[in-house]
Amino acid sequence: MGGKATRVAFGEALLKVAAKNDRVVVINADLGKSTNTVKFVEKYPDRSFNVGVAEANMIGIGAGLALEGWIPFICTFAIFVAGRFETIRVSVAYNHANVKIVGTHAGIGIGEDGYSQMGLEDIALMRSLPNMSVIQPGDAIETERAVEYIVEHEGPVFLRLTRQKVEDVNPPDYRFEFGKGVIVDAARGEGRDLTIMATGGTVHNAREAARELRSQGLDVRAVNIHTLKPIDEELVLDSVQRSGRILTVEDHGLHGGLGGAVCEVVAERGEGVVRRIAVRDFGESGDPVALYKKFGLSIDNIVAEAKKLLKTK
Amino acid sequence: MPQVAADIQRLKKIAQELRVDVIRILTEAGSGHPGGSLSAVEIITALFFHKMRHRPDDPFWSDRDRFILSKGHCTAIYYATLAKAGYIPQEELFTFRKLGSRLQGHPYPGPPDRRVPGIEAATGSLGQGLSIAIGMALAGRLARKAHRVYPLLGDGECQAGQVWEAAMLAPKYRLDNLCAIVDQNRIQNDDFVERTLSLEPFRAKWEAFGWHVIQVNGHEISEVVQALEDVEGVKGKPSVIIAGTVKGKGVSFMENNPEWHGKAPTREEAERAVQEILAAPL
Repeated sequence: MGGKATRVAFGEALLKVAAKNDRVVVINADLGKSTNTVKFVEKYPDRSFNVGVAEANMIGIGAGLALEGWIPFICTFAIFVAGRFETIRVSVAYNHANVKIVGTHAGIGIGEDGYSQMGLEDIALMRSLPNMSVIQPGDAIETERAVEYIVEHEGPVFLRLTRQKVEDVNPPDYRFEFGKGVIVDAARGEGRDLTIMATGGTVHNAREAARELRSQGLDVRAVNIHTLKPIDEELVLDSVQRSGRILTVEDHGLHGGLGGAVCEVVAERGEGVVRRIAVRDFGESGDPVALYKKFGLSIDNIVAEAKKLLKTK
Repeated sequence: MPQVAADIQRLKKIAQELRVDVIRILTEAGSGHPGGSLSAVEIITALFFHKMRHRPDDPFWSDRDRFILSKGHCTAIYYATLAKAGYIPQEELFTFRKLGSRLQGHPYPGPPDRRVPGIEAATGSLGQGLSIAIGMALAGRLARKAHRVYPLLGDGECQAGQVWEAAMLAPKYRLDNLCAIVDQNRIQNDDFVERTLSLEPFRAKWEAFGWHVIQVNGHEISEVVQALEDVEGVKGKPSVIIAGTVKGKGVSFMENNPEWHGKAPTREEAERAVQEILAAPL
């Protein structure tokens, strides 16, 4: 895997936004090296706090700072965000506290550390909270633009990032639009046969799968859903109207993630079939590329699942 | 000293009136938590009507002292206090716990464009308020403000792990603008704290975590007032006032009885309670 990890892009973007906005503060829970906030801490020690291995306390402190007008980025692994769900529910969401919750190490893409460190349920949980927005960028440039947006956004946001490097999927002049899906390779493919929707670490593979299917004569387009909540309902409906079919691909558990969100829209407002590629069962240790293959997130498997879906009426 | 004595007498009178309000609004609501409201009356009275710098007519004044009701179920005394201080209309108290009310069963500050005056934070899931208070204390320091932050915790609440995450952290940042108060009424939802899960040695725990600790009789307003004065002289570390109290204080049939943690009195019980409160010498 080439490119840059979105957690690395986040660390760089954070420095840039902090230089412009002195309300930005960072709270770590002993994972600053992993979440890439170390440079921020070095540069802005007065605006940095490390609470130790105590995520619930970190969340509450973030809420307190936000209620006083600061813009705290509280940073840990996505799974440890999920683990403190009810603290986020009351201290952050119910308080309408302007806290930016950063969860790195999304999904099986983290590799060797195994299931206990893999964020696989976090989108489902964060999506369920009133007042919480959920963003998962698909590459470095999108991460940078998303962080710029998040600082200005009023209200709590969950930002989900990859440990592993991800290939660029957006052009250098990319503009981030909150709540709007992005058709990747926009000029090629109308999606008359199928739309593949992906998010985060799987966008690149979804794009490559769409290219492969197009090379076989099928009209397939790939869509990057960087904002999982609020999801781009119009784009989902447009996609299902074009072909009657959507294939979703995500490095997250099967329930309540991108696939779940798309199903909700199609079931309520559209007509068609949704097939979900997501992580079924527990993850496990291994090389990220091998894991993506085993759990069905590889280009080959996306192509195979797309073909199965195309056979349905 | 006569002036101080007069002020204590004024506070005792307010406390008595707040006790009556607690009984009345819980009876009207038909549900709620009398025990922990009645145990906290003197603590909250000393804060809102003596110690705290605040402006009920300018509730979002940025230099105000912050109060966080971490023991969030004790809204009856909280809302009664907010009404008496002038944050909310007295008649609004009778909307407490009813559909459409701003006065939710547990504190809710409301959405950003309709914040409820006097409510700093949502609480009610026990164990979260001290962390929020630390965030506010850090915020005050970042902004170079002199205001203080007063979270009020229950003793049963101190069984929650997050309380000790927060207790561990506050001394690291030398938060001498933070003064936690524990309403140690020794009863929690199911039973006595001691029989549920002992917190002892309670004072030693806070001291071991690096806090300045003062223990007072939480029903002696003069002692609470004195402790609140004393902690302002403590520099370089946070303070905690452990206030020994009686759950259900002031109503004999509620006192020290776990039954009265979370149920409202009937109208007949309420009348007896009010008569007893008003008959008690100040």
